[in-house]
Amino acid sequence: MFRYLTQRLIAFVPTVIGISLLVFIAIRLVPGDAITATLGTEAGMLTEAQRESLREYFSLDRPAAEQYIVWVGGLLQGDFGFSTRHGAPVLEVIVQRLPVTIQLAVMTTIISVTLGLTMGTLSAVYYNSAIDLFSRLFTLIGMAMPNFWLATLIIFVLSVFFGILPNSGDYAELTEDPLRNLSQLIFPALTLGVSFSASVMRTTRSAILEVLGQDYIRTARGKGLHERTVITRHVVRNALIPVVTLIGIEMGYLLGGAVIIEEIFALPGLGRLVLNAISQRDYALVQGATLFIAFNFVLINLAVDVLYAFIDPRISYASKH
Amino acid sequence: MPANTELKHESRLPEFWRRLLRNRSGVVGLVIITFYLFVGLLGVLDLTPFPPLENHAPDRLSGPSSRYIMGTDLFGRDVASRIIEGTTNSLRVAIFSVALSGIVGIAIGITAGFLGGHIDNAIMRLMDILFAFPVILLALLVVTVLGAGLNNTIIAISIVYTPIFTRVARGPVLFVKEMEFVLAARAIGTPEWRILLQHILPNTTAPLIVQISLGLSLALLTEAGLSFLGLGTQPPQPSWGVMLSESRGLAEMAPWLMIAPGAAIMLGVLGFNLLGDGLRDVLDPRLRHR
Repeated sequence: MFRYLTQRLIAFVPTVIGISLLVFIAIRLVPGDAITATLGTEAGMLTEAQRESLREYFSLDRPAAEQYIVWVGGLLQGDFGFSTRHGAPVLEVIVQRLPVTIQLAVMTTIISVTLGLTMGTLSAVYYNSAIDLFSRLFTLIGMAMPNFWLATLIIFVLSVFFGILPNSGDYAELTEDPLRNLSQLIFPALTLGVSFSASVMRTTRSAILEVLGQDYIRTARGKGLHERTVITRHVVRNALIPVVTLIGIEMGYLLGGAVIIEEIFALPGLGRLVLNAISQRDYALVQGATLFIAFNFVLINLAVDVLYAFIDPRISYASKH
Repeated sequence: MPANTELKHESRLPEFWRRLLRNRSGVVGLVIITFYLFVGLLGVLDLTPFPPLENHAPDRLSGPSSRYIMGTDLFGRDVASRIIEGTTNSLRVAIFSVALSGIVGIAIGITAGFLGGHIDNAIMRLMDILFAFPVILLALLVVTVLGAGLNNTIIAISIVYTPIFTRVARGPVLFVKEMEFVLAARAIGTPEWRILLQHILPNTTAPLIVQISLGLSLALLTEAGLSFLGLGTQPPQPSWGVMLSESRGLAEMAPWLMIAPGAAIMLGVLGFNLLGDGLRDVLDPRLRHR
């Protein structure tokens, strides 16, 4: 176990370096010179002398490799660059937007896990029953329906039939006005939750069906355990492993910001931040935020892998790698 | 060997179709996809009721009628014609991006798996880095660098899906390359590239075909998402995502504007998902009886 952890952590380092290289190179491939890339459209107002001094200030007159090292050096000290659009350090802007994204991710996960696990379990236990057919239909539609269409439909129904405009007005923080905050986040969370619950349900269902066919389930039944005990104690617990992976991956995606949903519901989260940074050509912010999101994503995947080892004692990592 | 393989293929192909046509998901998926390809073809041949970009100012925002079966949009453009042209554009992006990522990803994947060792390690690490980005974020990053537009959307989606194909192609190679018939081919002096193309590649096709179908459904969704955000297909050219984005704010006045493109996306994605499920049942013997 310990050896596995160290191995994973060592493998983590080159991945993170690779991510930073990729983001660094990508931003430098943006057409136009690096000053424009750093300052956005405002660079057009610079004089030649200002431009020159800026190049020196941002070390843009140095070779690319040196620039990269300077940039990474800054990153390690928490310096993600400066967002000209926001007039604040990139890291500060990101941290400001983080609570919305985290809250949305948590609410979505709660909804999708509750819905997905319940339906998936019922669907597998009552295989081929009406519940099963309904759940499978729900999954098919849920997986095919783009969440931005679902969002559009929800907004339409709410505004036309209930007179509610979920994407209007200023965003209220949870600590500031909890009720208004929840009313603003519940519909985006429901949209994402329904979409994700489809895949949770599908995974749960097939995992449970597989476990139900195992010998130890027959044994549990054979020794006279109540069916309910068999399902909760033996089946669901063992079927949970693929579901946990899925939830972990989902969390990773959601914490990167649900770009489209945040945009539709006008939520000031991480995804919308990146989107606006792209359209405003605020490259320092694009670079910093992308790196931040990818870094989190890898970290969560690592956490899921570690969690595995705790849930499933059968997995022996020492021999697997 | 060549004569032998041909015989085998001849007898295997009808069997494949017979199984697929007996699979409910497969048939429904196949029907939907055939219909979409037909509609897409109408767009290619410009067989739309009206030119998709033609404005009919007096008929702006009119509901479905016998003249405009899906109504008109803010500029009086015929929604049905735009849906047809949009189907062509969306399918084009999906097919080209899956073809591109498929060819590149499979080539990289089987090479990595076949060669093994350090090269394999280095390639898979590289793919891990691409996997470290959430799909839409990576696509956004690529579009930032290349600029928005139909062709760049294809490239963006291709870059996102290449690592998936690499992984799916590599897996079976690791297994197949240890099999006796590969050893036999090598023993009789078959060149390595030929072993790779003639013996290993054909044995990895089952999971790849399933992945192609699922990849197409993901590509449709990604294209629609990027276009919805204004970073994919560029207006006035229609695509489902563009049309859905254009319907925003008009929902109360003209709800038909958001129904048609949304339903088009959903049905298309459903079609490829069902076909993928059907193909998996038919091609992947390990899962057949589940």
